[in-house]
Amino acid sequence: MKVRVHVSLKPGVLDPQGRAIHHSLEGLGFAGVNDVRAGRLFELDVADSVSDEAIDDMCRKLLANMVIENYRIEKVAA
Amino acid sequence: MAFTSAVITFPGSNCDRDMAVALEKVSGTAPHRVWHGDSELPDGLDFIAVPGGFSYGDYLRCGAIASRSPIMKAVVAAAERGVPVLGVCNGFQVLTESGLLPGALLRNAGLNFVCREVALEVANAQSLFTSAYEAGQVIRIPVAHHDGNYFADEATLDRLEGEGRVAFRYAEEVNGSARAIAGLLNDAGNVLGMMPHPERAIETTHGGTDGRGLFESAIRGLVGA
Repeated sequence: MKVRVHVSLKPGVLDPQGRAIHHSLEGLGFAGVNDVRAGRLFELDVADSVSDEAIDDMCRKLLANMVIENYRIEKVAA
Repeated sequence: MAFTSAVITFPGSNCDRDMAVALEKVSGTAPHRVWHGDSELPDGLDFIAVPGGFSYGDYLRCGAIASRSPIMKAVVAAAERGVPVLGVCNGFQVLTESGLLPGALLRNAGLNFVCREVALEVANAQSLFTSAYEAGQVIRIPVAHHDGNYFADEATLDRLEGEGRVAFRYAEEVNGSARAIAGLLNDAGNVLGMMPHPERAIETTHGGTDGRGLFESAIRGLVGA
C-alpha cells in the first residue's frame, strides 16, 4: 500500500523559506502569487496489514512536529 | 567531591569535544563520553550535556532523529528524575524535539547561517545554570546556527516568561526568535536549552570567557566549590 503524508506548517508559523521562494517567483516575473508556504511530502510503501492508527502514530511521533506542523494522510491506489 | 558528567555524541555531533574540554577545564574531571546507540547512561551522573553539531545530517528536522535515538530515552528519564541536562545549539533542538523543552526551533528569519559572537542578556540569574551571573548582565557568547529561530504559541510564551523560564535573551537581532529567546529552562529548572555556545567561551584564547560562568554555576550548585 502506498501512502502519502503531506506535512505543512501550521497557520501563524513564520515560513522564511516560503517567503524566499515567493520573492524568487516574483523575481522571475510571475505576478499574482499572494503567498507561498513550503511543506514536505513523504511517500511510504507499507504492508497492507499496517493500520490507519499506526500510520497516524508515525506522523505524530516522527514525520510531523506537532508544535509547528500539521499533516494529512493520503492513501494512493496502487 | 568529583563532578561526574557525560557528553552525548550522535553521528554528526561536532561540538562534543569542545563540550568535554569545557567540562573538564572548569570542573577538573573529564566527562564520560556516551554514544547515541547506548541505551544506558553511566551511574551517578551530576550533569548531562547534549552538544551542538548536525546530528544525522539535520535530516527530517534538526534534532528530530537524534531525539528518537536509544540514549535519549535514558536522557529523558534522567531529566525527569532531576538530573541537570544542558543542550547547546543542536542539543537545544534535540531537547525540544524530545519534548523536554516546549516549542521548536525554526529556520533563521533571515535565512542565513549566523556564525558570530552575540550579546546575550541574562534574564534569569537564579537558575542552576546561571547563578554565577547577575540578572540583566550582558555577556558575549558565540552562536553558529541555521535553525535557531525559537517558536512557541503566544500563550506558551506568556507562561514561559511569567514563570521566569527564559534564561538568556539575545540583546541584539540574531535569528528572529520569539521574545528574543536564546536559552530556555524546563519547569523544574534542571534542563536548559540554548542556541549560543558557552563551551566556546571559557578561555582567553577563545576571545572571551563569558561562558565559563554557566559551567561554574552548575558545578558549584551541584558539588559545591
